[in-house]
Amino acid sequence: MLRRRIVPCLDVRGGRLVKGVNFEDLRDCGDPVDAAERYAAGGADEIVWLNISAGDEDWRGLLAAVERAAERVDVPLCVGGGVSDAAHGRELLLAGADKVSSNSAPLDRPALVGELAERFGSQCVVVAIDAARDNGGGWQAFASAGRRPTGRDAVEWAAEVVDRGAGELLVTSIDSDGTLGGYDLELLHAVCERVDVPVIASGGAGGPSDLAAALDAGAQAALAASIFHDGTHTIADVKQEVARWGLPVRT
Amino acid sequence: MVTLIDYGAGNLRSLRAAFERAGAAVAVTDRPERVADARRLVLPGVGAAPPAMRALAGGGLDEAILAAVEAGASLLGVCLGMQLLFEQSAEGAVPCLGLLSGTVERMRWTDRLPHMGWNDVTARRSHPFAPPPGTVCYFAHSYNVSPAEADVVVAETELDGWTFASVVAAGQVAGTQFHPEKSGPAGRDMLSRWLEVPVAA
Repeated sequence: MLRRRIVPCLDVRGGRLVKGVNFEDLRDCGDPVDAAERYAAGGADEIVWLNISAGDEDWRGLLAAVERAAERVDVPLCVGGGVSDAAHGRELLLAGADKVSSNSAPLDRPALVGELAERFGSQCVVVAIDAARDNGGGWQAFASAGRRPTGRDAVEWAAEVVDRGAGELLVTSIDSDGTLGGYDLELLHAVCERVDVPVIASGGAGGPSDLAAALDAGAQAALAASIFHDGTHTIADVKQEVARWGLPVRT
Repeated sequence: MVTLIDYGAGNLRSLRAAFERAGAAVAVTDRPERVADARRLVLPGVGAAPPAMRALAGGGLDEAILAAVEAGASLLGVCLGMQLLFEQSAEGAVPCLGLLSGTVERMRWTDRLPHMGWNDVTARRSHPFAPPPGTVCYFAHSYNVSPAEADVVVAETELDGWTFASVVAAGQVAGTQFHPEKSGPAGRDMLSRWLEVPVAA
């Protein structure tokens, strides 16, 4: 039986692990490869690295870190942030990433999704969708780390990128992100109903039952950052809770 | 010595590291003469079958693989690399290496593809590559192999009520649909067992 996945997310800048609040007051928190290895040993089903700087020097640092991760981390690694063309995707995959995630660039140029899928296969193309509730009862897709509204309906955008070849969606609720108040379950449900690829839930995890609820709403994977980094909960805690909800996890 | 075939597809760095963790020396090559002379060959692969077969043929690597197997080499295909061992893929209706009888079909029975994540790999017969009970490995694919001969199937995986071959072996040719290099200790165990099978000198 296919297991639901628990996925820690790490912010990486210049090949270093950083933590901060709303991308400000970033502190150096060590080597992201060490952290990825620790999480993998602790039962993470996959690791996501989010590159939070688009500078050239930081990009080279990121690639070097991905190379080291490929040598030491024996679970899948998805890397996103700053992937604006197929050449970036190729660099990450050659360095050793298993999947690449892209968010803003496809909103500006949707054909990028098809280019990535054709060259590398849908199974390594993740499109990240940052969505916020609008006044009409739906959700709008945002670009540029949630700062730039696009006017696109997030659920329709999800369907479009899947048609173009995305093999997986990473769906983040801007409203819930950072609140620790739980994922936007209605958003997840709407996207999972609309598309036929796996969906990773993101934004709002405050404890193990939040991840379980996201998976119960239809997501195939649940991503969380601060609850793992701050040590308030372990991957094992989360998996125990997910299993208690009757959902299959890898133990 | 394990020889990894580099034809521009696949996460070679991870696969190389996984074999090294399992204690093997690894060479990576795109030269057909080195592939033809190898004793232990690994065919990686991600993405689609048509560009992969074009890349193999363009580099003369398809003939080199067949020559190596003819000369007694042990060959392991991983993910798309396993699918390429069969005769024909429905993905672009492309002819493949034909080392194993059967075809590659899209997994139409499930309503969510790719099949992405960790799933059981359950032994179907006694074989050196048969996984121990409780083995769970990482998959990322939308096509599965349909071997013409049932005894090629060493292990199977269930998805939405259907099963498909996830470990195949016949003679010195073997393959895994999952990614052993991304499957934690279970994957390392699989690679170790492949390395332990003797190869004719």
